[in-house]
Amino acid sequence: MTETIDFFSGFGANDLWFLAEAALRTLWISILSIAAGTFLGALCGWLIYEGKIWATLTLTPVLDIFRSVPLIIQLVLFYNFAPIVGLNLDPFASGVVILTIYTAALVANVARGGIEAVGRPMRRAARSLGMSYWQDMRYVVLPIGGRAIFPSWIGVALGVMKDSALVSVLGYVELLKASQILITRTQEPFLILSIAGAFYFALSFPISRYAAKLEERWAQ
Amino acid sequence: MIEIRSLEKYFGALQVLKGIDLTVEKGEVLSVIGASGSGKSTLLYCINGLEPIQKGSVVVDGTNVHAKGTDINKLRQKLGMVFQQWNSFPHLTALENVALAPRIVKGKSRSEARDIAEKQLLHVGLDDKLNAYPSALSGGQQQRLAIARALAMEPTYMLFDEATSALDPELVGEVLDTMRLLAEEGMTMICVTHEMGFARDVSDRVAYFHQGVMEEIGPPEQIFGEAKSEHTRKFLANVR
Ligand SMILES: Nc1ncnc2c1ncn2[C@@H]1O[C@H](COP(=O)(O)OP(=O)(O)OP(=O)(O)O)[C@@H](O)[C@H]1O
Ligand SMILES: [Mg+2]
Repeated sequence: MTETIDFFSGFGANDLWFLAEAALRTLWISILSIAAGTFLGALCGWLIYEGKIWATLTLTPVLDIFRSVPLIIQLVLFYNFAPIVGLNLDPFASGVVILTIYTAALVANVARGGIEAVGRPMRRAARSLGMSYWQDMRYVVLPIGGRAIFPSWIGVALGVMKDSALVSVLGYVELLKASQILITRTQEPFLILSIAGAFYFALSFPISRYAAKLEERWAQ
Repeated sequence: MIEIRSLEKYFGALQVLKGIDLTVEKGEVLSVIGASGSGKSTLLYCINGLEPIQKGSVVVDGTNVHAKGTDINKLRQKLGMVFQQWNSFPHLTALENVALAPRIVKGKSRSEARDIAEKQLLHVGLDDKLNAYPSALSGGQQQRLAIARALAMEPTYMLFDEATSALDPELVGEVLDTMRLLAEEGMTMICVTHEMGFARDVSDRVAYFHQGVMEEIGPPEQIFGEAKSEHTRKFLANVR
């Protein structure tokens, strides 16, 4: 009896390690999705801003859909229907794909706002100095617009990190899924959810602190 | 030399410039006056290609600004422009504001660009503000910064679009003084302005614009003393 592990056993040091690993997976899936989603979203925001008709007509409704349909539905639908079209993705890859598109849909709006925030007069001034379209984009629009939308972008990024918990429904063992597994075994939901919450906090808090510091520095 | 021939400009159905013919020689200072909406700003934008045109031509030192094959970014280096809204880059210090374009557009090294920027900031009297951000500068200082930024590209021509209109009255003088200094140094300038004193004292010629037409052009004595056009006389009577 002493050798076998009780099905219902208490919370131990190993379990803390198990949660920490899961937290790293949350961090990893979030970083991937936020990075790819930000890139894709900035591209979409730029296309919509530039108002190329086909881009506006096709992108805007598609992004609207991804923004408004609950993430959990998108995840389940994609995971179950992707194999039908020959895409056999594991839960992790499916999660990254959907979180990336979801991030992109949110970032597209933010990015377009950022380009708009720079304003035509400022950009004309840059062009009047002989800067090309892309030099204006790189040296004027990106830094000025980027700073203007930085707080919103941080908001999106932190939101996506929390929303990554939903990938647990596909069976990917990130922080929330790991907590559920432990709760089933230990029957200590309060303790374990508190620890999981603490991990989410430990992931987000340094980012929002650092962001606030940066904003302070930019504000001069 | 800037040669403008039968220039016509529309915004949609609205005709803003109705056939402008104008030649500006090297070394000349031309002031452009006229009521709001008469097309003065649009004329400047057409000269440096910030706005496309529908008819006619603008030729700068033999290069057609609006022709297909023209390297407009290269041509704009000859045409410095200062706007009503000063538009300094808020994320850069005064020095970086001025050094940016020489570095990225002209390919100068960092230290060369820095030397150019220091020289031009001294030129406009901002040598004590090298490391200040625009938010710490007054409107007049920001406008002089914008002038230094344009001069750093070593333009042949300077276009001023109501450089003092957005300034508090007590700051107008320092900017006008900087423009005067440039005129004395022999810079070729086209100044859209509401400052009649400046137009009278500094310009070689004054052009009066009325509803998209250049009604009258001549030396300041003619425009301010014995204007031929009824519209010009009315306009001047009202602004005084
Ligand atoms: N981007 C634009 N789109 C549509 N109409 C424009 C645009 N820019 C200017 N206009 C119109 O063109 C006309 C001429 O404008 P412009 O700015 O050249 O006048 P202005 O002489 O510079 O006037 P102000 O003294 O007010 O600066 C105005 O009727 C203006 O409303
Ligand atoms: Mg104007």
